Amino acid sequence: MAEKKEKKEKIPRQPMPEQKPEIRRRNFEEVPIGYTPETAMLEASRCLQCKKPSCVEGCPVQVDIPGFIGFIKDGDFTGAIRHLWTKNSLPAVCGRVCPQEIQCEGRCVVGKKGEPVAIGNLERFAADYERKNGSGDLPPKQSPTGKKVAVVGSGPSGLTVAGDLVVKGHDVTVMEAFHKPGGVLVYGIPEFRLPKEIVFSEVNFLERLGAKVECNTVVGRTVSLDELFEEGYDAVYLGVGAGLPRFMNLPGENLIGILSANEYLTRANLMKAYRFPEVDTPIPIGKDVVVLGAGNVAMDSARTAMRLGADRVRIVYRRSREEMPARGAEIHHAEEEGIELFLLTNPTKFVGNEEGRLTGMECLKMELGEPDESGRRSPVAIEGSEFHMDCDLVIVAVGSGANPLLTQSTPDMKLNKWGYIEADPETGKTTKKGVWAGGDIVTGAATVILAMGAGRKAADSIHEYLTWGW
Amino acid sequence: MFKIVRREEMAEGTVILNEIEAPLIARKAKPGQFVILKANEEGERVPLTMAETDSEKGTITIIYMVVGKSTAIFRDLKVGDEYQDVIGPLGKATHLENVGNVVCVGGGTGVAVLHPITRGLKDVGNHVTCIIGARNKDLLILEEQMKAASHDLRVCTDDGSYGRSGFVTEELKDILDSDKDIKLVVAIGPVPMMKFVSKITKEYNVKTIVSLNPIMVDGTGMCGGCRVSVGGETKFACVDGPEFDGHEVDYDELAKRLQAYSEDEKKCYEDYCALENA
Repeated sequence: MAEKKEKKEKIPRQPMPEQKPEIRRRNFEEVPIGYTPETAMLEASRCLQCKKPSCVEGCPVQVDIPGFIGFIKDGDFTGAIRHLWTKNSLPAVCGRVCPQEIQCEGRCVVGKKGEPVAIGNLERFAADYERKNGSGDLPPKQSPTGKKVAVVGSGPSGLTVAGDLVVKGHDVTVMEAFHKPGGVLVYGIPEFRLPKEIVFSEVNFLERLGAKVECNTVVGRTVSLDELFEEGYDAVYLGVGAGLPRFMNLPGENLIGILSANEYLTRANLMKAYRFPEVDTPIPIGKDVVVLGAGNVAMDSARTAMRLGADRVRIVYRRSREEMPARGAEIHHAEEEGIELFLLTNPTKFVGNEEGRLTGMECLKMELGEPDESGRRSPVAIEGSEFHMDCDLVIVAVGSGANPLLTQSTPDMKLNKWGYIEADPETGKTTKKGVWAGGDIVTGAATVILAMGAGRKAADSIHEYLTWGW
Repeated sequence: MFKIVRREEMAEGTVILNEIEAPLIARKAKPGQFVILKANEEGERVPLTMAETDSEKGTITIIYMVVGKSTAIFRDLKVGDEYQDVIGPLGKATHLENVGNVVCVGGGTGVAVLHPITRGLKDVGNHVTCIIGARNKDLLILEEQMKAASHDLRVCTDDGSYGRSGFVTEELKDILDSDKDIKLVVAIGPVPMMKFVSKITKEYNVKTIVSLNPIMVDGTGMCGGCRVSVGGETKFACVDGPEFDGHEVDYDELAKRLQAYSEDEKKCYEDYCALENA
């Protein structure tokens, strides 16, 4: 009897409907299809509405999770999004790309004895519902303070700062070097994980709130940091990201057919080259594709190559599966789509033909040695294990560093030995007066939500500064 | 949006000049720097080095040869039409210093890029000899302007229809033979021309600067599409250049990399021309 009762009461976590792998591997449409209102309300009813919710502690921008889920449970979807906006100006993005399993959902009490509440899916639902059916009403804003803030870079951290400060009544201008705002949300994360229409809609929300967005502005070239202060800005936030691609520095790396993941993804996502020749930017189509690296950017690159029509896509990584830095869900999605993991392998040289086009690479098999400083077991080459691997397209996704374009022209701001900006981890203050920084340009390449968390802290600190001074 | 305020056709309509309203760029631009232009929503990002900037009028001038779909779209823009996006100034400016006797060598549309650099070198006190070349008389551009920007202008055409018959490299050789006090050569033009100029100046041990034109996407150092080998090291032309020591550049690699999308480019251009003619 007891068992029967338990089954009746317990609602299982509502699965997210998805496009089938054999279909989606060749299209650029979003993989998860999204909850219906009914599913969302059912899933929301699983939340225990904890008095001291540990899920909120797991969220880098401290969204009031039981609060917004409560609105969804009652069918008040407009109430849910307005509640979300008080803490997060990019909910449609976060619901899609946050690693919830190690953040909010990782702390969910329901998850201790089963599956956690699908917080990310619910956040996404609320944002999508508002975009499609919402009233367009904006959250309240404080009266103008007369203070001007320049936000350099329109990626996740910059957009968070802009959203927070504009609501507090400041005059905010976001400056973006590319011709479209969004940073990595637009050039890096593919359409099938984060439709660009959603990013532009989130940016448009900020513009309707009163933030100005100036594209085609390369701070460090079009205008210098000091000139921004001369133009009357009271504070500057630097959220320029870690957009300098790393290469392997191997012989033959400049052969045609070897691209950084940044270039490959920028062509595909920002320039929409997957629609070539309807659009004018071409992209190399590989038949036998190798992606070097095993982070989320590598997964995005591999899945893009598959969608562009590759016969075979291999992820080549020098360590084993356990050490792969990509999220489990991303690796799972990639494998479902037919992408192969080729592990414990390291290229030593790229080989090309007379035209300078890539035809393959020379590789070594690796084995794992002792753990290094970071605790990961370091790969060691196996002697005599040289072998050749044919490929016609290599995408290098082995990480990125700090782009020196801006910091080079700002000598009075302290950088660390890798070229990242030194900023107070609690406030985002840099060593230059009136300048804050956050996101990947401070920490090195990390996640969207960590960049947003850094933006939140910096926005609070900038607001204090504009209100009270140092 | 960036409005075209002046348009000229040069070299039998194959080379086009656009003067574009871009006050923020005009205010900061220095000789040697480039911009990235995108004509419309579906367009690609095309890098072009500025031939002229006017900070008072708030305009920049680009000169380009029509070689493919994107430049054909640019060509079809009229005065009063707009480029959707213009980004810049990008790249490092030319290092302008008084070193004494200088020779500036320009080929094809490279002459347009060379023009502000030549004038800059003259303005800081150098004695500037200039050699410009083209396939024939009708394809020669900016002769008057180059004459005004230098002390001594020499013109070459491949077919001998104007000026000296032959390549600019022959004229350069003669100058280097007669004047042992040349301190610097600046060469801008097609890759083979820069390669051969560098080969000659190496023999004479004269410092040589070239401006490279690899394929670019963002132009801000974030993709590495424009990477070139200089002195055995990989450099990004958009942030480390576009100017480099001519004796250190791997021209053969650059020439090959420029062909990366040649088939796509050809197809795109043919489709566009067919559409225009229909």
